[in-house]
Amino acid sequence: MLRFIIKRVLAALLTLVAIDVITFVMFFAIPSSPAEANCGKNCTPETIARVNHYLGVDRPFMVQFAEFNRGIFLGRDVDGGRVLNGKPVIDHCHIPCLGYSFKTQEQVTDVIGRALPVTTSIVIGAAVLWLVTGVGLGVYSALHRGKFGDKFAIGVSLVGTSMPVYFFALLLLSIFVFSTGLLPYPQYTSIATNPAKWALALILPWIALTFVQAAGYARYSRSQMLETLSEDYIRTARAIGLPARTVHLRHALRAAITPVITLFGLDLGAFLGGVAITETIFGMHGMGWASVQAASDLNLPVIMATVLIASVFVVIMNVIVDVLYAFIDPRVKLS
Amino acid sequence: MTTQSTTAQPYLVVEDLKVRFTTEDGVVRAVDGVSFELPRGRTLGIVGESGSGKSVTSMAVMGLHARGKRTEIAGKILVNGKNIVTMTDEETRKMRGNDMAMVFQDPLSALHPFYTIGRQITTAYKVHHPRASKEDARKRAIEMLDRVGIPEPHRRVDQYPHEFSGGMRQRAMIAMALVNNPALLIADEPTTALDVTVQAQILDLLTDLQKEFNSAIIMITHDLGVISQIADEVLVMYAGRVAEHGSIEQVMRSAQHPYAWGLLESIPSLHGDPEEDLKPIKGNPPSLINVPSGCAFHPRCPYRMMNPGPCDLEVPQLLAISQPGHSVACHLPEDRRVAIYTNEVSEVGVAQ
Amino acid sequence: MIITQPSASPLEQASVAPLLTVSGLTKHFTVRSGLLGTAAKVRAVDGVSFDVRPGETVGLVGESGCGKTTTGRMLVGLLDPTAGKITYQGQDVTHRRSKKVRQDVQIIFQDPYSSLNPRHTVGKIISMPLLVNGVNPPGGVKKRVQELLELVGLNPEHYNRFPHEFSGGQRQRIGIARALALRPKLIIADEPVSALDVSIQAQVINLLRDLQREMGLAFVFIAHDLSIVRHFCQRIGVMYLGKLVEIGSREQIYGQPAHPYTKALLSAVPDASRIGQSAGRIRLEGDVPTPLNPPSGCRFRTRCWKAQDVCAVQEPPLTLKNNGAFAACHFPEEGVLIPQAA
Repeated sequence: MLRFIIKRVLAALLTLVAIDVITFVMFFAIPSSPAEANCGKNCTPETIARVNHYLGVDRPFMVQFAEFNRGIFLGRDVDGGRVLNGKPVIDHCHIPCLGYSFKTQEQVTDVIGRALPVTTSIVIGAAVLWLVTGVGLGVYSALHRGKFGDKFAIGVSLVGTSMPVYFFALLLLSIFVFSTGLLPYPQYTSIATNPAKWALALILPWIALTFVQAAGYARYSRSQMLETLSEDYIRTARAIGLPARTVHLRHALRAAITPVITLFGLDLGAFLGGVAITETIFGMHGMGWASVQAASDLNLPVIMATVLIASVFVVIMNVIVDVLYAFIDPRVKLS
Repeated sequence: MTTQSTTAQPYLVVEDLKVRFTTEDGVVRAVDGVSFELPRGRTLGIVGESGSGKSVTSMAVMGLHARGKRTEIAGKILVNGKNIVTMTDEETRKMRGNDMAMVFQDPLSALHPFYTIGRQITTAYKVHHPRASKEDARKRAIEMLDRVGIPEPHRRVDQYPHEFSGGMRQRAMIAMALVNNPALLIADEPTTALDVTVQAQILDLLTDLQKEFNSAIIMITHDLGVISQIADEVLVMYAGRVAEHGSIEQVMRSAQHPYAWGLLESIPSLHGDPEEDLKPIKGNPPSLINVPSGCAFHPRCPYRMMNPGPCDLEVPQLLAISQPGHSVACHLPEDRRVAIYTNEVSEVGVAQ
Repeated sequence: MIITQPSASPLEQASVAPLLTVSGLTKHFTVRSGLLGTAAKVRAVDGVSFDVRPGETVGLVGESGCGKTTTGRMLVGLLDPTAGKITYQGQDVTHRRSKKVRQDVQIIFQDPYSSLNPRHTVGKIISMPLLVNGVNPPGGVKKRVQELLELVGLNPEHYNRFPHEFSGGQRQRIGIARALALRPKLIIADEPVSALDVSIQAQVINLLRDLQREMGLAFVFIAHDLSIVRHFCQRIGVMYLGKLVEIGSREQIYGQPAHPYTKALLSAVPDASRIGQSAGRIRLEGDVPTPLNPPSGCRFRTRCWKAQDVCAVQEPPLTLKNNGAFAACHFPEEGVLIPQAA
């Protein structure tokens, strides 16, 4: 088992290095001048050159790449070319240094530090909700196949899967905030500051994501459950006299839920990188919002950081899913 | 726990069993008036092709058909005197695995891939022995594994089905079926998925276990060789009905139904002249939604009597013939059947 | 030295030039587990040699994992052998085969459900080999297909029907018609009847026998059912864990097998003409070992009641035995062992 985990982690690290290289090459190759985009109205070639030097984009690719990665693991000192009291100011970019935002001159790590809790709050809360409702609904449908409850659930989930999240989110806002005023316009508050306010602000994003995601999960777990129920070992479980409840909830669900968990892990990884539409509509400044902003500003360090962090989440969730799968399904070869 | 010990009264009585499924294409008459009896200590072989109703019959005896709008079960199934057909689901559940148990065709798919063999056997034991401790159940599982010939049962009990070979898996399946000492064991094609040398081991094991536990066994198979080796009596099924019922000697050595003849003639033998052509049954087994009128076998029967009838008009009754214990559902007169068998059938295929 | 030595291989005993010769045929599959996993070798087929003469029916029998299906796939060129040589009419076809050879050697598959494309009509399925090979038969493709349908006992009018409209036995006939489309000389039949109901098996076997006689086809008939093989094949090869352990005529194999495994296999077949448990049967212990790690020396030794020390050390070569067959065993059986009915 340990060998298996080590192997998976090593493979994941290799993937991360590859992602690091690829993203860096991609952004380096973009023919754009962030200095020009950010130096304002009274732009002189000297200013641009100074900004380019400050940003570090005037150095050779390999040097920039080495510098960037050194920053992540060791932190680095940046000579911004500013002079204060006759001395050049050296900024220390702390570990993990992802550079400075072109836009706000603050460390990218700080930008991320503000955005990440917002996204994790939205996504983890919603994920728990959509997993529970989705799987619950799917299992209920499968066990009542063809009956009214099943048909109703299928209908609801069809609406859910076919409705775009921005539409449903706006619908929620207009009903609960603008028309009835039952809820205040969502304003993110840290859970540490005020848990009640935190939850209150997140209710609508959670519902929006849950509705859209749970629909897919309901359909998927229903089909998985139906397939499992027709397996021979379910017939065996009934033949030894197990009560229907045990057969369904212990023997069938355990096998049916395995692929659902895989999907869940991968979804979670993808979503933690940012849910741009949901965040934007509800005015939440999370990772998705930050990356959209950065993209429109050509704010390369922030874009790089969001892409890297999103990839890290996907890779980590992949490893977790693989390891979890090996725990659930003994047939997975561990050697 | 079964208290029944006499062999005089049949442990299983099936009377005029009918199982119908309503599907989008029509009503499937999967079992249409099947009757038989089986005392403890005896083995009944049920032979038939796919769609003959042999598996549906066994599932009905186990009470495994989900009753509802789409599934209709009529007739009587008396297990140890109690009628499965009229029981509540909870009552049949309590008998399942305790009074009657089942072994399936493909042991790999019939065992849960995520649970160890030991856990599956202890589960089967604990359902019907709720007060048994974990240790007792485990001890019982190891004991059963040992009994069915699995080497190193102490180690094997903690392994998963995929770590067992095909033959060992089927042994484990048998251990699981027998863990509560059921008086009735239904084996549905238990050796079809196995290699021939392993099949022989499993058949030997079943025979041994039957002697030890004095169980009644229903052996469902399409293989007449398996039937000849293990069964005391044979039920030949065709299109949901019984075509012929008799002792193994009677059916294999003096079959009376044209369908049974067809089977005997069409199966190649390890003896006799290999250059001789086989005599196949012409045509295909019928659809159970649209069973031929009269005798369901008449479109494929070379001896049918028609214009006028009765083979295409009247369903033949399963009637006892002069040999005690032997009954046949065929319109042909008995003397004619005997003559046909002696002159034509006994020389071909496996009948010789 | 003037010693008339029995030929070392069973290949050279025929007076007629063989149609197909297989020597030292080997297929190893590599299974790799994980990213950095170590590779393990499955020795599916390990040095199999035999030949097929024109119009001859050769059976390959054995239990699961013996390599009979893999061998069949290599014979038609569906799998590339790891080692060894396949010669067709004197021409090396081990890795590459000419169009003519591809047309001459055809295969019939086990499963009549998955081997026919459900979206194609029967006409299209049967004419596919003609079209792919650019063959234009006299009278046109449609006429040829209808002839083939008639030949395998199907209604030529059913040209435009789809596979799902046919029963299992009829589908297998369609598969046979497809194999016959290019007028082959050799057909590899891989368990052609094992997916069919018993009453249908005989129909298909009789059809194959008729075709074999009328068209002088040679067959390699792969099956696990020993009674069917006996009925269809003139010569039979018995395989165990990737090795050919015995090959001989029907009379030799079924009447007086030399290899203990052959004897045990025959003994294990539940025989419908014998009622009840017959005493004196050979019962093999355990299951077939995994081809990932086959036993040293003679691969059958772990289940053999005759095994001695030498069996673990030295692999027995395939040599001529007293029964006239070639068998690979240090301690072969002698004399008539299984009574044949007159």
